[in-house]
Amino acid sequence: MKILVMVKRVSDPNVMIRVSADNSSVDLNNVKMAINPFCEIAVEEAVRLKEAGIASEVVALSIGTSQSQEQLRTALAMGADRGILIESEGPLESLTVAKLTQKVIAEEQPGLVILGKQSTDTDNSQTGQMLASLMGWAQGTFASKLEIDGESINLTREVDSGLQTVRLSMPAVVTCDLRLNEPRFASLPNIMKAKRKPLDIKPIADFGVDLTPRIKTLMVETPNERQGGEVLSSVAELVEKLKTEKGVI
Amino acid sequence: MRESMEFDVVIVGAGPAGLSTACRLMQQAQQAERELTLCVVEKGSEVGAHIFSGAVLEPRALTELFPDWEERGAPLNTPVTGDEIYLFQDAERAKRIPNSLVPSSMHNQGNYVISLGNLTRWLAEQAEELGVEIFPGFAAAEILYHDNGAVKGIATGDMGVGADGKEKSGFMPGMELHAKYTVFSEGCRGHLGKQLIAKFALDEGVDTQHYGIGIKELWDIDPAKHKPGLVVHGAGWPLDKDTNGGSFLYHGENNQVVVGLVVDLSYSNPYLGPFDEFQKMKHHPVFKDTLEGGKRVSYGARAMTKGGLNALPKMCFPGGLLVGCDAGTLNFAKIKGTHTAMKSGMVAAETIFAALQTDEEGGKELNAFTEALKDSWLYDELYRSRNFGPAMHKFGTFWGGAFNYIDQNWFKGKLPFTLHDNNPDYAQLKEASECTPIEYPKPDGKISFDKLSSVFLSNTNHEEDQPCHLTLKDDTVPVKRNWGLFAGPEARFCPAGVYEFVETPEKDDMQLQINAQNCLHCKTCDIKDPSQNITWVVPEGTGGPNYPNM
Repeated sequence: MKILVMVKRVSDPNVMIRVSADNSSVDLNNVKMAINPFCEIAVEEAVRLKEAGIASEVVALSIGTSQSQEQLRTALAMGADRGILIESEGPLESLTVAKLTQKVIAEEQPGLVILGKQSTDTDNSQTGQMLASLMGWAQGTFASKLEIDGESINLTREVDSGLQTVRLSMPAVVTCDLRLNEPRFASLPNIMKAKRKPLDIKPIADFGVDLTPRIKTLMVETPNERQGGEVLSSVAELVEKLKTEKGVI
Repeated sequence: MRESMEFDVVIVGAGPAGLSTACRLMQQAQQAERELTLCVVEKGSEVGAHIFSGAVLEPRALTELFPDWEERGAPLNTPVTGDEIYLFQDAERAKRIPNSLVPSSMHNQGNYVISLGNLTRWLAEQAEELGVEIFPGFAAAEILYHDNGAVKGIATGDMGVGADGKEKSGFMPGMELHAKYTVFSEGCRGHLGKQLIAKFALDEGVDTQHYGIGIKELWDIDPAKHKPGLVVHGAGWPLDKDTNGGSFLYHGENNQVVVGLVVDLSYSNPYLGPFDEFQKMKHHPVFKDTLEGGKRVSYGARAMTKGGLNALPKMCFPGGLLVGCDAGTLNFAKIKGTHTAMKSGMVAAETIFAALQTDEEGGKELNAFTEALKDSWLYDELYRSRNFGPAMHKFGTFWGGAFNYIDQNWFKGKLPFTLHDNNPDYAQLKEASECTPIEYPKPDGKISFDKLSSVFLSNTNHEEDQPCHLTLKDDTVPVKRNWGLFAGPEARFCPAGVYEFVETPEKDDMQLQINAQNCLHCKTCDIKDPSQNITWVVPEGTGGPNYPNM
């Protein structure tokens, strides 16, 4: 079985980001970029399935700018066999990504697609679900445990009320939650080998997918800064403040 | 058992010195059509993540390395358009020194205001194009030696070790990287460089090394106040007359400025806090007028090696070389170290390549490097500025400055005598009882800020569950000696709030709390601890600041 695993380049979640001066977007100039942490978990899971002899090949797919090659190389260093980059200039919406992936699936014929449950930059949590619908495949989202059982997957999902275990028939789409696994460190020799693994770069125009955005961003703003608290000495003082300063009672 | 890999050359640290070494080696290899294997390890999460400098760049070395740097898109986008030098008298007043009275080494025509972080990232691209393998996120943790005592290479640190020293799940042992020659370019007070200097007695017969701590912030300012290429330097207030140092404000590109303060670590009052001095300094009208209405983008700090030629250790030893600020090639009279660090790396590359051409085996002591360095403009430059620092230490900012004016402008640095300062920085700290506590003003949250919100902007990050990388030789010294005699200076000289003296749970004594996650890898603690009890070692790779265009 071949596994397709998806990888997104996002701003490093450990690094501060700023809103651009014209409030139109996030300013990514000089910001350290990284592989989306949920995608990293997806790669790890796919590689573990290969190491367990369940998967025959792990193909990593990224859709983004040319620099996304760096994140694909990270996936290759972790153990993916080859990479595909669909090169695009600007940001893409989840549906566009799902449709492009659909085309890749048609070509690659994987038995399982593993994605992160969301990317830490836009937090949409849409691509996996949309992809499953487009394909008409089973979907298992927010996975915290994955077991392959013949042609099926026993999958534990993290849901609001606790854990839910579902059984999916393959081919299927799985999106990973944080507890699914702990991604490995890529070793130096593996990073070196990754530089020589095949990585196909394909222009986005070749896929014939309509890229027209459906969503318009009106404004990007930073959250309000938290106001400092104040310790008061008595209830009377509190009531007084609420009356005079805050005007709430 | 660790795995090992073999290379012709291993370089520790992807900064200007290390990457210049790498590029020059590959250029020569290509010219001679010789295969050369080269590996650069870098502890930062990416190239540039730990790079921290002013910076005004003198492009001399870069032009030698890549004469076509402009076509290659090197990020030198802001030529210096003006130099202003001030002598700050107090919180309000400053005297602008006429250019004719400024030591000529401090003139900046032909130089560029740059982000050294971005220049380093660009250098890494050039190196990779030349076939150099660069591995960010891998810290060189240990020097490896052959049986005959020559350096054999380095070992990278283990990944996935818990705070208790035990292996966690996902543990990955370090790798041994063996090389014919290993080049150490870790920057100021490299923790391996320090070991090499001690082991091979490289500093025998030279003056004691001196250091400064540089703290700076990157600001987005009001476009109306932005003057691209303006370089402002200052001396005097807020530092007292016994404390040397200098302030700077550089106007870069994209409506950004950097503002910073360098405090010589030879200061004597343990109550002094370089961070607090810097925050106070920004309220001077010369800085405040520019910063007001702007927004702080980033913050960081780094120690710098400033002893110059007098304190420059021997840079070669069997199997390797020490280059750049790891040795101390900064030209203090120019307050610039990038071009000299790059040049030292290039000379190292030429020496190593020549050696490998005649002797395949490697592992020799490259005394030819010392000679080649002496014949280069780097040596001439450092020779001329050898008195600059010691003069400031001996005579103070004003008379030292006057001496430097005469030395640099009239005698071009060729006065027939050399000044020395052999009292190490850590020993210059006086006991608290002899000094007056300093009351610093509270930060206003607009121009000045507290330490923790500042550290937050450095994007520093360390895996929490790992052994503390700030090691103490003796656990009792911080409270007994540093707190008892010096009022706990590490809490003040650390620009990141790593060291905190807190009451013990029993509230009967003090104890030292080390917040290692905050560390900016500036190395000041390793230098200034009056008891020399703190040893900085590398944390797990990728840990440390994530500087943007610093």
